[in-house]
Amino acid sequence: MSTLTTTPKGAARPKRGAPHHTRRVEPVYYLFLLPSLVLFTLAIPVPAIIGIFFSFTNSIGIGDWELVGLVNYVAAFSDPAIWQSYLFTFGFSLVTVLVVNVAAFLLAVGLTSRIRLKVSLRAVFVIPMVVSGIIIAYVFNFLFSNSLPAAGTSLGIPFLSTSLLANPDLAWVAIVAVTAWQAVPGALLIYIAGLLAIPGDVYEAAEIDGASRAQRLTRITLPLMAGYVVINVILGFKNFLNAYDIIVGLTNGGPGTSTRSVAMTIITGFNSGDYAYQMANATIFFVVAVLIAFLQLSVTRGRNTL
Amino acid sequence: MTTTLTTPPRSETSAPSGARGRARKPRERWNRPGTLVLVLCSVTVLLPLYVTLSMAFKSPAQAVDGNAFSLPAPLSVQGFVQAWQLTGFPVGLAMSLLVTAGTVAATILLAALASYAIMRNWERRMFRWSFFYLLGAMFIPFPVVALPQIQLTGRLGLDNPAGVVLLATMFQLSFSVLLFTAFLRSIPAELEESARIDGATTAQTFWRLVFPLLAPMSATVGIFAFLYAWNDFMMPSLIISDPALQTLPVRQQLFQTQFSNNYNVSFASYLMAMAPAIVAYLFTQRWVMQGVTQGAVKG
Repeated sequence: MSTLTTTPKGAARPKRGAPHHTRRVEPVYYLFLLPSLVLFTLAIPVPAIIGIFFSFTNSIGIGDWELVGLVNYVAAFSDPAIWQSYLFTFGFSLVTVLVVNVAAFLLAVGLTSRIRLKVSLRAVFVIPMVVSGIIIAYVFNFLFSNSLPAAGTSLGIPFLSTSLLANPDLAWVAIVAVTAWQAVPGALLIYIAGLLAIPGDVYEAAEIDGASRAQRLTRITLPLMAGYVVINVILGFKNFLNAYDIIVGLTNGGPGTSTRSVAMTIITGFNSGDYAYQMANATIFFVVAVLIAFLQLSVTRGRNTL
Repeated sequence: MTTTLTTPPRSETSAPSGARGRARKPRERWNRPGTLVLVLCSVTVLLPLYVTLSMAFKSPAQAVDGNAFSLPAPLSVQGFVQAWQLTGFPVGLAMSLLVTAGTVAATILLAALASYAIMRNWERRMFRWSFFYLLGAMFIPFPVVALPQIQLTGRLGLDNPAGVVLLATMFQLSFSVLLFTAFLRSIPAELEESARIDGATTAQTFWRLVFPLLAPMSATVGIFAFLYAWNDFMMPSLIISDPALQTLPVRQQLFQTQFSNNYNVSFASYLMAMAPAIVAYLFTQRWVMQGVTQGAVKG
C-alpha cells in the first residue's frame, strides 16, 4: 500500500502546494478500512466473479463441470420462461412505480396541508414501512383469497367473486397493490420533506396574484418537486426489479409461472440442477441493473442541489 | 441541506397540533374534507393490521367462519399458545434478534470506521478508490449473487445466522458509507485538531470525539439496517440451512404448507412476528421518520 504514495503522481502532489499530502498515512487508518474492504470483497465481488465464471460452465451446483462457452446465454435468450419473467418484472415495476408515486404525492400534499390529526395520520401512513413484506403478504393472501371473493359474491361482481390470486391475468394486480402498500411510506417521507422545503411565501405571492388551488399545485408545487419525483421513481424502480418476498407470500410465482419475477427465476437454479444456466440469467440481470444504474446517474447528475 | 429539510417535521411533531392550531386560528382554517379523506385513506393501512389483530384473538371455530372483519367473540389466546409451540417462537425470536442486533452493530461500526479512514485520507488514491469500490456494490442486488453465496456460505460453515449477519451487513455497507462520508464532510477539521494538540491518538480521536458526533447518522444507518435485517425473508430463507435456526419471518412459511386452516394460529404467529417492529416504531416514530427522510434525501 505504501507503494501508492511513492508513485510519480503521488510524488508530484506536494509541488502543487499541499504540504500535508507528503505526510505518511497513519497505519491505524488501514486498520479502520481493511476489515470492511476484506469482508466486502469476500461477501460480494468474489461470489459475483465465481458466479459469472460458472455461467460459462455446465455445472449443476455440485460435482464435475466443464466449460461450455456461451451455451447458457444462447439458451437463456431463447427461453420463453426467462422472457416472461423479465416482461412480468418490468411491467410490474413500471405500474408499481406509477401507483406508489401518485399515491405518495397526493398523500404528502394532504399531510402537509391544514388538516387535523396531522401527526397521528403521518405516523399511521408510515407503519407499512416497518412491517415485514412476507408476513403482510400472507395477511393479504388471506384477504384476497377469502374476504374479497366473499364481498364480490355478495355484491354480485362476477370477476371479484373468485380469488384474484388464482387468476393468471389478474394476480399481478394483487402483487402491485401489496407492494405499493409497503412502498408508499418511503416515497411519502421524501415528498413530505420536499414539500416542507418549499418556502411558504411562494404560495402567498401566488395567492395574492389570484392563482387557484389547482394552479398552485400544477404551476408551483409540481415543478419544484421534480427532483424528488425523479429520485422516488428511480429508487422505487430499482427496488421493485428485485421483487421477491411479497410475491412469494402472495402467489409464489403462480398461477403457473405468470407472476414469477426474475429474482425468483434465478433462485430456482438453487435446487433444480440449473445452477450454471440461472447464473447466466443472473449475469444478464446484473448487466441490466448496471445499465439502469448508469441511466440513474446520468439523470440525477446535477440534481445534488436537492 | 438535510438539516433544513428535516427540521420542519421535528418542530411540528414536537408541538401538539391542537396547541399549534389555537395559536394560528385567526389566520388558518382547518381543511375538514381533506382531513376526512386522509382518515379514510388511513383505513387501507389499518385494515390489514386490524384483521391480523382480531383474527389472532379468535377461537378456532370463529376463525374459520369466513368473516375476517368481525371482532373476536369470545376472546381466545389459544392461537398464541399453539403458534408459540408450532413455530418455536422463543428460538425464532432469539435468531431474529441476533441477526438484527448483529447487522445493526456491524453496519454502524464497520461503515463508520471505513468512512472515517476514507474521508481523512481522501487525497490518497487507495482510500478514494476504496470509496468507489464499496459504493459499486449498490449496483449488485442480492438475487444476482445469491446462488454463489449460498454455495460459499455452505462450504465455509456460514449457512447460519452468522452468515446472514455478514452478508446483510455487506449489502448495507455501500449505502451506509455514503451516508457517513457525507456527514463527515460537515464536521470541521478544527475540532479534531484541538483534540490532537491535547495529545489524542487517531484511534482516541475517533472513539471519543468523532464517533459520538456521528450519532445522528449512526441512528439513520441503524434504522435502515434494523428494518432490513428484521423483516427480510429472502436472504435468511436461502442462507440458513438448518430450519431450527431460522428467523421469525421465514418460520411463517409453516402456515402455507401445514395448518393452513388454523387461521387463529397463523394470525397469532404473524402478529407476534410483526409486533416488535411496530411497537418499536410507535415509540421512536419521530426518529424513524427523521432518520429515513435524512437517509433517503442524502442517498
